[in-house]
Amino acid sequence: MTYRVALLLPAVLALGGALILHQPASAGAESPKITASAHLYDTYCAQCHGVQRNGKGVNTIGLSVQPRDHSDTVGMASLPRDQMIRAIKEGGAAVNKSALMPAWSSVLTDQQIEDMADYLQHVCKCGQPT
Amino acid sequence: MRLPLLFAASGAIAALTFAARPAPAEPAAATGAIADIPASCASCHALTKPETPTVERLWTRKGPDLWYAGDKFNREWLVSWLQNPAPIRPGGVMWFKHAKPGEPRDTIDTASIEKHPAVDAATATKLADALLHLKGEGLIVEGEFKPEGVNLTMGQMSFGKLRGCVSCHQDKPGQGGVSGPQLHDAGKRLKPDYVLAYTRDPQKFDHFIWMPRLTLSDPDLQRLTGYIASLGKENK
Ligand code: HEC
Ligand code: HEC
Ligand code: HEC
Repeated sequence: MTYRVALLLPAVLALGGALILHQPASAGAESPKITASAHLYDTYCAQCHGVQRNGKGVNTIGLSVQPRDHSDTVGMASLPRDQMIRAIKEGGAAVNKSALMPAWSSVLTDQQIEDMADYLQHVCKCGQPT
Repeated sequence: MRLPLLFAASGAIAALTFAARPAPAEPAAATGAIADIPASCASCHALTKPETPTVERLWTRKGPDLWYAGDKFNREWLVSWLQNPAPIRPGGVMWFKHAKPGEPRDTIDTASIEKHPAVDAATATKLADALLHLKGEGLIVEGEFKPEGVNLTMGQMSFGKLRGCVSCHQDKPGQGGVSGPQLHDAGKRLKPDYVLAYTRDPQKFDHFIWMPRLTLSDPDLQRLTGYIASLGKENK
């Protein structure tokens, strides 16, 4: 059955591709909501805020204002949840911060942004998600 | 019989492998063009608009989408790049997969980014013509960019600190962010109307792409496009 082989080929390639990828930072035994937010963070936020959430993303080379270190317990504790949500939804300029922090409402839903705020409080170990 | 199952699993790729019927929604020109593009290309590139875009697709796809290639590329660039493909995305097609943590910042492991397959001149011309038939519906407005009166200095300032495009894109080799495609040869590579349309609303091209829609006025869009369209042109 030669064409069965042809059909399987893409599947085999996909599998090979999956194996060589390294583990995203979101892997781990966390609650599903946290895992989902961590995955969105890897996709959208880590490019600037860092794969380790420490504000040292690959893109900081092009940034004149450094991104927030989301792993900083003390620094993040002073950031009210409302302000966090506003910054994510409408961008840094909406909370009198740098416009280099973009607005994410075109990509993330309101619910995903709420969950992201909980996730940030989980990452900094600096507050109870409400 | 396990065959039907396998068919379902292999999806679009299988359809292409067998040059089977194209998706019904495709215009006739695109249908013919897709038949001219080898299945190997389609194993890494979406040649038709994905029916259900997801975040996951962006993590698993092996190459950027080409279903709107005809809206996007200048022919001359395409013919030459296909023969001699130089890197466009400094972080690969999905930057996260090549990022490693570090000091003073995370870096891209460039060695892990695969080289693109090259083709000979005759094939490149044929492929470019086929690719240029692939167009989205209403993605770009032809003639929307007005080259008259563009102020390049203002455009450069917008691209930099003002609008922060440089966070993710290089406008000079080695200068700028690496999670998006470099734009330092965008004047040769991209059609200006595409640059404008993409900058205005990236989510129109892919809802989940990690460039969000930024708040930009029409004059902003014109000067950014003017600046980007000028890049790489002088050393043609
Ligand atoms: C293009 C780079 C970039 C990306 C991508 C980015 N940020 Fe930021 N972010 C910044 C910068 C720069 C700052 C610092 C702004 C300042 O201090 O003026 C910041 C600040 C913040 C702050 C603190 C705001 C405040 O009031 O101090 C939060 C919260 C935040 N970002 C969350 C996120 C989340 C969540 C994502 C992903 C959905 C994200 N950022 C993606 C660049 C970025
Ligand atoms: C193994 C996967 C793979 C195969 C096979 C492949 N490509 Fe690609 N292609 C890529 C990747 C990855 C990129 C992005 C390169 C970059 O940005 O540096 C790319 C980029 C491109 C681009 C530029 C797209 C853009 O948006 O910048 C074109 C055009 C292209 N490929 C055409 C083709 C054609 C035609 C074929 C078949 C002859 C093909 N590719 C085969 C993975 C592949
Ligand atoms: C947070 C990161 C980020 C920021 C900020 C950003 N972009 Fe992008 N940009 C991207 C990504 C990611 C893509 C698409 C990547 C892909 O298709 O592989 C993209 C694609 C583009 C493209 C299409 C290029 C191509 O080869 O298809 C243009 C044009 C563009 N951006 C212009 C801009 C302009 C102008 C700005 C500033 C107003 C800007 N971008 C800000 C990440 C960003």
